[in-house]
Amino acid sequence: MYQFSGKLKTFSLALIIIGVIGTAFSFYSGSQKTIKDAKHAIEASHNVGHGSSHEETAVHNDVADLENHTAKADTHVVADAHDTSSDKEHAEHELHVLHQLQNRPWSAFYVALFFSLGITLLVLAFYAIQRVAQVGWSILILRVMEAITANLLPTSIIMLVVIVASVMHLNHVFPWMAEGTVDPTSDNYDAIIDGKSGWMNATGFLIRSIAYLLIWNAYRFFIRRSSIKEDTANDGNKTYKKNFTASVIFLFLFMITESMMSWDWIMGLDPHWFSTLFGWYVLATLLVSALTVIAFFTIYFRSKGALPGVNDSHIHDLAKFMFGFSVFWTYLWFSQFMLIWYADIPEETTYFVMRFSEYKLPFLGMVVMNFVFPILLLLNSDFKSKPWFIFIGGFVILVGHYVDVFIMVMPSTVGSQWYFGIPELSAICFFVGLLIFTTLRSFSKVSPIPAGNPFLKESEHFHYYNIEHSDEEGSTDHH
Amino acid sequence: MEASKVIHAFYTDDEVLLDAVKAVKADHHHIEEVFCPFPVHGLDKVLGLAPTKLAITAFFYGITGLAFAIWMTNYIMIEDWPMDIGGKPSFSWIENMPAFVPIMFELTVFFAAHLMVITFYMRSRLWPFKDAENPDPRTTDDHFLMEIPVHNNEEALVALLSKTGAVEINIVDKH
Repeated sequence: MYQFSGKLKTFSLALIIIGVIGTAFSFYSGSQKTIKDAKHAIEASHNVGHGSSHEETAVHNDVADLENHTAKADTHVVADAHDTSSDKEHAEHELHVLHQLQNRPWSAFYVALFFSLGITLLVLAFYAIQRVAQVGWSILILRVMEAITANLLPTSIIMLVVIVASVMHLNHVFPWMAEGTVDPTSDNYDAIIDGKSGWMNATGFLIRSIAYLLIWNAYRFFIRRSSIKEDTANDGNKTYKKNFTASVIFLFLFMITESMMSWDWIMGLDPHWFSTLFGWYVLATLLVSALTVIAFFTIYFRSKGALPGVNDSHIHDLAKFMFGFSVFWTYLWFSQFMLIWYADIPEETTYFVMRFSEYKLPFLGMVVMNFVFPILLLLNSDFKSKPWFIFIGGFVILVGHYVDVFIMVMPSTVGSQWYFGIPELSAICFFVGLLIFTTLRSFSKVSPIPAGNPFLKESEHFHYYNIEHSDEEGSTDHH
Repeated sequence: MEASKVIHAFYTDDEVLLDAVKAVKADHHHIEEVFCPFPVHGLDKVLGLAPTKLAITAFFYGITGLAFAIWMTNYIMIEDWPMDIGGKPSFSWIENMPAFVPIMFELTVFFAAHLMVITFYMRSRLWPFKDAENPDPRTTDDHFLMEIPVHNNEEALVALLSKTGAVEINIVDKH
């Protein structure tokens, strides 16, 4: 049995507390922003010659004429047009930038929250896949996956709070929730959002969000209890089969809710823009991060002697998944990009114009971190069972995919008013602390070996052909 | 020459074969070759064969394919007959790079796969119309065959092999 040491408990709680303090501070300073700060921000960016940014942001989020502005490749033309425009438009623009400044603490928290919830959810989905496919090799690390999914409940509750706050107009994160977007008599009227209002309305959004969270948590609650029961059931695999059926149902619902969740929670930040493979793209981001987190915790627990049967071949398999899904992510990311780049339709390119003009370094840096680096580091078969390489590769993958989520959210909510500072860091601290705390606590509670699983023996004998197990008593377990 | 004499020991089970290989190795005899109807997991390891270097060649073939694709797209689409790609008449390779990524990917895979197969054939000394090297047709059906060269130790070898569960032991002259 694994013992959750007091030292680590203090460490994770300290991370949580630092995160709470930092987040509270950023929310306070965010609420102190006034129209003056917005004017400052606009002036500052005009002075350094990036006048285009606000116009593009404005076009991006605002209800105003989308096509006219974004079709213009020459940003100076847009800026000039803005300078000669009326005062009313000027004031509107200032208000918009103010909203962006006020959005920053929300967005910073939202990025880390979505990433953390998504990773936990994908660990749960990966776990369900193991059960549905009746996988043999991974049985010994099922309990690690189960432990990580303990993070699902707290992150779901926080997500619900953020969603309710958005619906109650406490922030301007979701532009389609703004006053009058579907009212033809309003200044704010937006024909595109009105056309989508069958899906994009506060009631539907709230009901759907609650439904996703309920479905995921219901499965997690059931399977955790039933999996522990399986250890001592001894009922001719009846419990095992019940868990199989529950996992099939969950996976079916998961594939639907995961796509819908990505439309509601991420694509809804850009209500004019759409991409048909967005659900897959978000899935790939979260899945590769989830596998990295599983690998990290497995390596940690193994080093503490809490996973006696786990050998280098298990680690090798996890690293193969990390490598493979990094390539899968790149495939989806590039597929989305190339089609939009090739077709060059203004209503689609807005997404990448914004990201390429204002977020160039993180946007391109993320491709290097999520594709080039894992490819080069984890391509060699021998490296995939070395914990040190997995740690370096995994760390870069996690940072890269955090940046990926950052790039999905920030350009839509804060536009050019972004930088990486206290709000982002403290949100990361909070959710990392929460993940460590919930996982270790959950793992220390039950036996790390799922003794009742019929495939346990297969997992114990799992052996990738070109790996020498260091602790092997002669290679007697060949098949 | 004495060394042209070999022992052929037949087995009918891969597990028995593996244990036999270990026993022969433990007695410090050289095993020339083992013929199997299907790949036996772990056989290369007990035989003490070095791991394959095919993966390394595949990596370099892939790099070659990538380089070839870059050169080819640049020559065809930019230099020789400049093409307006997706309404973006920049005539610059790097600006049109996204359009070439599928080609770069495909040629990387194509080069790696085909050249690796050809390398494998050459390394295994396989070419069209080549006569089969396996000494007994039963090794393509349900028998495993271990070939051990004899150096004046015929009796000792036969005694050892018959203990390891061989179903048939022949001493043959290798030409």
